[in-house]
Amino acid sequence: MSVLLIAEHNNKEVRPFTYNAITAASQINEDLHILVLGHQADDVAKSLSEAPNVKKVIHVDNEIYENYIAENYTAAIIKHAESYSHIVSSANTFGKNLMPRIAALLDTSQVSDIIKVISEDTFLRPIYAGNAFATVKSNDKKKCVTIRPTSFDPADKSGGSAEITKSDPAEASSSTKFLKKEEVKSDRPELGTARIVISGGRGMQNGENFKLISDIADKLNAAIGASRAAVDAGYITNDHQVGQTGKVVVPDLYIAVGISGAIQHLAGMKESKVIVAINKDGEAPIFSVADYGLEADLFEALPQFLSELNKLNTIQK
Amino acid sequence: MKILVAVKRVIDYNVQIRVKEDGSGVVTDNVKMSTNPPDDNAIEEAVKIKEAGKAKEIVAITIGEEKAQETVRKALAVGADRGIHVKVDNVIEPLAVSKILKKIVEKENPDLVFMGKQAIDDDCNQTGQMLAALLNWPQATFASKIEVKDNALEVTREIDEGLETIEVNVPAIVTCDLRLNEPRYASLPNIMKAKKKPIEQLNASDLGVDINPRIEQIKVEEPPKRKAGIKVASVEELVQKLKNEAKVI
Repeated sequence: MSVLLIAEHNNKEVRPFTYNAITAASQINEDLHILVLGHQADDVAKSLSEAPNVKKVIHVDNEIYENYIAENYTAAIIKHAESYSHIVSSANTFGKNLMPRIAALLDTSQVSDIIKVISEDTFLRPIYAGNAFATVKSNDKKKCVTIRPTSFDPADKSGGSAEITKSDPAEASSSTKFLKKEEVKSDRPELGTARIVISGGRGMQNGENFKLISDIADKLNAAIGASRAAVDAGYITNDHQVGQTGKVVVPDLYIAVGISGAIQHLAGMKESKVIVAINKDGEAPIFSVADYGLEADLFEALPQFLSELNKLNTIQK
Repeated sequence: MKILVAVKRVIDYNVQIRVKEDGSGVVTDNVKMSTNPPDDNAIEEAVKIKEAGKAKEIVAITIGEEKAQETVRKALAVGADRGIHVKVDNVIEPLAVSKILKKIVEKENPDLVFMGKQAIDDDCNQTGQMLAALLNWPQATFASKIEVKDNALEVTREIDEGLETIEVNVPAIVTCDLRLNEPRYASLPNIMKAKKKPIEQLNASDLGVDINPRIEQIKVEEPPKRKAGIKVASVEELVQKLKNEAKVI
């Protein structure tokens, strides 16, 4: 049987992690179909039909799908579930909110946040904040799976021409109403997909001091992250949080500044290819995962770091 | 209003877990256990709503082995009125947990069910959404702010792009984020008082739900270890290493 992937998008563009999920989903089964639920999201359906791994796009257009109301999405997905062996989505706040609702109605025990497809029914997933990896086999007939996007490379976006079929909407829920979305706009790369991430922790002392971090982020074309402590203290907004309950990032370079390295933070960044830690406490646990550790006062080190970067002739973007 | 709050006993968030050598799981013997952190936020929020005069009763429920009762006792010490402990002998999956919770909801008829957004042991992030589906109730997940209105809640949710605000009609399920509030500590007198509050004990097997596992845990292993890094002496050296050795900038 085939795999149905639920697309994440903003009605105009496909959200990037959908492509990582395409890679994982087509490893489960090559007959991959994508369901686009949206409002005036024709461009999204068209873009996805061009991804070579996608065999078919099902497009449902209705205003009730303009925002991610899990109740409305679920009703539409259940209508199509019959023909599929697997329902999959990204394990970000979109898929985390949605998939269990589908799984429960299908009486399926969901497999969350997989980092490897071993076979059609067997997957690898992190547990205990990534301090253990569990190999699990789903014995449910229909499987609901969410995919950790950063563990799979994004699939090719062009070259294919899958058929797009239109389908009717399901009933809308009357008990949930979307009110507003406060999206943080930024010209910087997205935290989840950035090649370089520089993060600040409690050591930053206040929100204004994050300027020291953003100056370097600008120079390196990096995304800005933060520890939970920094977000809790109000230094920076929640969309920057890296960790077990925030975002998981796997950049080529992760620079942790004034972050002690609590288990829950390490869960979100320790798979990064190169890790730098700048902290004045030489005993901080962050140094145990760092490739390069600098024991220094960040208020001296960050301006120096920027001036050293300015001396370089070229910087990779 | 009546609020049911589900709490789970997990390995304490500060414990560095150890994987069993036979690959069957992680070591839990003689390991410090606590309430799952965002479940503390769920209890705290319920207590605040009650203190504001908008809820009459808070019932704390846990599902687990004998000792899981401690988490209910802790909830009682910070303000829950009574407890329910559904005994199970083995670890059960979120689907089974939500089926048990559905039975309890049908019996207790709460207006709201609160719980943490995710348990820090299995990191599944499923139970609240599953319970909402089984009850056909609206769900407000990852809540960082809750405003109680007439027969509805306005909930601000933490999402990847920032914040989203939705309104859900009561009855509803809310899963709580760590930033929802600052959980209080139980005072000694309240801990003493909590010992007198009732905890009803039930056996999962008496509830008539299928809690058999659907997922086989084949093995649990340690993740690959990172190779040890080095300390650099200066910012200049750091930048040189990043440029010439790691070649990432």
